Amino acid sequence: MTSFIDYSINGLIIGNIYAMLAVGLALIFGVSNLINFAHGSVYMVGAYIGWICISYLHTPLLVTILGVVVGCALLGMLIERVGLRPLASTARIAPLLATIGISFVLDQVVQLIFGADPRALPSQLPNWRLQWGSGTIGALDLLIAGIGLTAAVLLFCFLRFTKLGWAVRATALDREAAMQMGVNVHAVNQTVFAIASALGGLSGLLVGMYYNNIYPAMGFQATLKGFIAELIGGAGSVLGAVLGSLLLGLIESYGIALLGTSYRNLFAFLLLIVVLVWRPNGLLSRTRQLPPEPLTGTFIAPSRPVQVPRWAVLALAGVALLLPLVVQNTYLLQTLTNAWLYAILALSLTLVAGTAGQMSLGHAGLLAIGAYASALLAIDLGVSVGTAILLAGVITAGLGTLLIFPAFRLRGHYVTIATLGIGEIVGLVILNWEWLTHGPIGISNIPPLSLFGVELYDTASIYWLSLGALLGLALVQWRLLGSHLGRTLRALRDDDVAARTYGISLNRYKGLAFAVSGFAAGISGAITAHMYSYINHETFNIQIAVLAVTMIILGGMGNILGAIVGAVALISLPELFRGAAEYRMLIYGIVLLLLIRFRPQGLMGTV
Amino acid sequence: MLAIENLTRRFGGITAVNAINLNVAPGETVSVIGPNGAGKTTLFNLITGLDTPDEGTISFEGQVINGKSPEQLATLGLARTFQHGRVFANLSVLDNVLVGAHTRLRAVRPAFPVLGPLAELALALIRPASVRAEEQALREEALSILEIFGERLLPRKDQPAFSLSYANRRRVEIARALASRPRILLLDEPTAGMNPTETAEMLEVIRTLKQRGLTILLIEHKLELVMQLSDRVLVMDNGRAIAEGLPNEVRNDPKVIEAYLGHQTVGHANREAQEELELVA
Repeated sequence: MTSFIDYSINGLIIGNIYAMLAVGLALIFGVSNLINFAHGSVYMVGAYIGWICISYLHTPLLVTILGVVVGCALLGMLIERVGLRPLASTARIAPLLATIGISFVLDQVVQLIFGADPRALPSQLPNWRLQWGSGTIGALDLLIAGIGLTAAVLLFCFLRFTKLGWAVRATALDREAAMQMGVNVHAVNQTVFAIASALGGLSGLLVGMYYNNIYPAMGFQATLKGFIAELIGGAGSVLGAVLGSLLLGLIESYGIALLGTSYRNLFAFLLLIVVLVWRPNGLLSRTRQLPPEPLTGTFIAPSRPVQVPRWAVLALAGVALLLPLVVQNTYLLQTLTNAWLYAILALSLTLVAGTAGQMSLGHAGLLAIGAYASALLAIDLGVSVGTAILLAGVITAGLGTLLIFPAFRLRGHYVTIATLGIGEIVGLVILNWEWLTHGPIGISNIPPLSLFGVELYDTASIYWLSLGALLGLALVQWRLLGSHLGRTLRALRDDDVAARTYGISLNRYKGLAFAVSGFAAGISGAITAHMYSYINHETFNIQIAVLAVTMIILGGMGNILGAIVGAVALISLPELFRGAAEYRMLIYGIVLLLLIRFRPQGLMGTV
Repeated sequence: MLAIENLTRRFGGITAVNAINLNVAPGETVSVIGPNGAGKTTLFNLITGLDTPDEGTISFEGQVINGKSPEQLATLGLARTFQHGRVFANLSVLDNVLVGAHTRLRAVRPAFPVLGPLAELALALIRPASVRAEEQALREEALSILEIFGERLLPRKDQPAFSLSYANRRRVEIARALASRPRILLLDEPTAGMNPTETAEMLEVIRTLKQRGLTILLIEHKLELVMQLSDRVLVMDNGRAIAEGLPNEVRNDPKVIEAYLGHQTVGHANREAQEELELVA
């Protein structure tokens, strides 16, 4: 009984923190229809501002809070100015991708300044606990509850009684109408970003104090939890976000009580998928509604792809194939091998994200399935490596499609969130399914690449194997795009309602796209596993998924040659700046931002 | 052919479609008219499966089709256009029309889960002679459909649809619907946003389709067009059917005149509608 009350209090406190994140996300979604991926990074920055205040400046608690609120509000306004305002008239996916880029940049900048290691964030509160019934409440718990309630009351009064608050609500209801009535929508957006970011930063500070631990990568999990809480309540609903957060906090807390800490996130993501599938518009949503009729497709930047003559493509492939005969430089060949493997991933992603319009952030999960499948087949069942890699492709195609199937009924940004959640679930299942995957220890001594019984150790052979796989898969994708399937997938991307009206079953064609995509991703993951000889649940992380997104945008969405060009550019160019290896992720983030702003159709154009 | 009985759809407190009955015989052209917000487009959405009715039945060739998905209805031979135009923006004009023929492709037929799509994928990748011949025949047919619109679309057949004018997008939609060889064609305001010349052209196009024996259900605001094309007219107002009959009967029905003129408050619109009615009369 004691523990039940403790777990309930703990759940509500955590829920309160989620609520501060989710309310901000809901406000932003309300006025700008944007899912803000940079929100967790603001939360992390808030924690670090708090750390500076407490450890360097030795400020009292109230000043610390004020510092975090002001600092994060300013950061929020900057994000609106850089990530949202210039992109108002572009494809709907552009601002979302921009916030991913901003998030990357913020995380990397903080990591470069403070280092990747965790730091202690001392709580500035007395260390007493209040006996309450059979449980206890600490001073920090009360502070969190107090700040949460105060923020809710202030926000309610702001939205209800101030002129700017009215403008915010009017913009959320109908942006165009609000503009015509003289509402300065930019000012509204900026206000909302400021409020949301201040709340986010504050919750970062409180979480840092609660666990006495902060680190630069802490924002990513916070973003996800905020999304989940927001989506449970229904995107854009402030009240829904609060309820969703408390529910999420409680369910996580009870889940931990039943099964242990490593299951916390698994519960959160399963809850997300269940809600998305069962009530895609959230628990508080009203009845079914038809999506509005667009005048044109809105997903992808309209452009005409760059035409590359077939002989030029064949010549390039020939040069790539002959390269190891001419060049003996091991380092160059290894870099290119890496680029070919990433290019397979980019091909896989560009088919679903570019051609079929389902922007997936779960492709790291597909790589992981392929890698584990091939490694386990080779080690536990003694399957030959070549066969294991092919089987891994088939398994990834089937399992990946099955896992993403619940997300098929979702549209637009929700697909991105759901695939992200599914990718995380894959990682968590690998972590917890110990008898199969060896859990956190990972799999070592994976047999090296081999073909027809000949083990491939030398750089040139591995290079050819990767390039051969890439060329084969690119050929398959080229045939696919040229057939009626290419036309069908692009039709469902441009307008799924019209596509259905002409007999295109969304499940069937999304399934096909994800199956082909999963096959390619599985092959890439499998080859990587045999090349590395060691993998664990963190080998294929969300950074790889975001990198793949950057590659396909750089090359041009849906464009086969573009995916390969994007992969080669992003893998080989940072190698030119070898001295600055720690800046690599920062460079990727900035490249993504610049591309979205100045060349959304990519180098080769969207198809 | 199409029979609608007691069809009702409510949104919260509003009854957008209220106990509508409608029959369309093969080869007939029936128009649905009424002021903005009368529930015409909702009626179309209910018929084509994009929305589900709260009450009533829709049957098509004797088969009840309520609750069937749009993709199932497409295979039965229902084709529609959309009020504001829903072309596939990044597809060429020709590809847009070919998507219309999707249900007719042989590779698409096998409907077994998993195996059907895999067979389709294999056919698409290998492309045996039969598949290539089918694709070629469809392309020729698509071109002949584009010819209906004269020089409007043919010279632009390889341009992406986002580069087309508004009127041309509407034409592409009709061409796409025709490529499915529909048994019934539902047109939602095909001349919205078109100037008088373009409207006259569209009238000729629809007349041609009618002469070919196509069954047409038409939503339209331009009464002149309705009077010239329709065999019968259904007038809706506030979700209800307020009149039904031959174009001439409906035009002189006092309830119809009231619906268009009586309870509408915006003076300017009134005058225009009145002038139009008088013009037609």
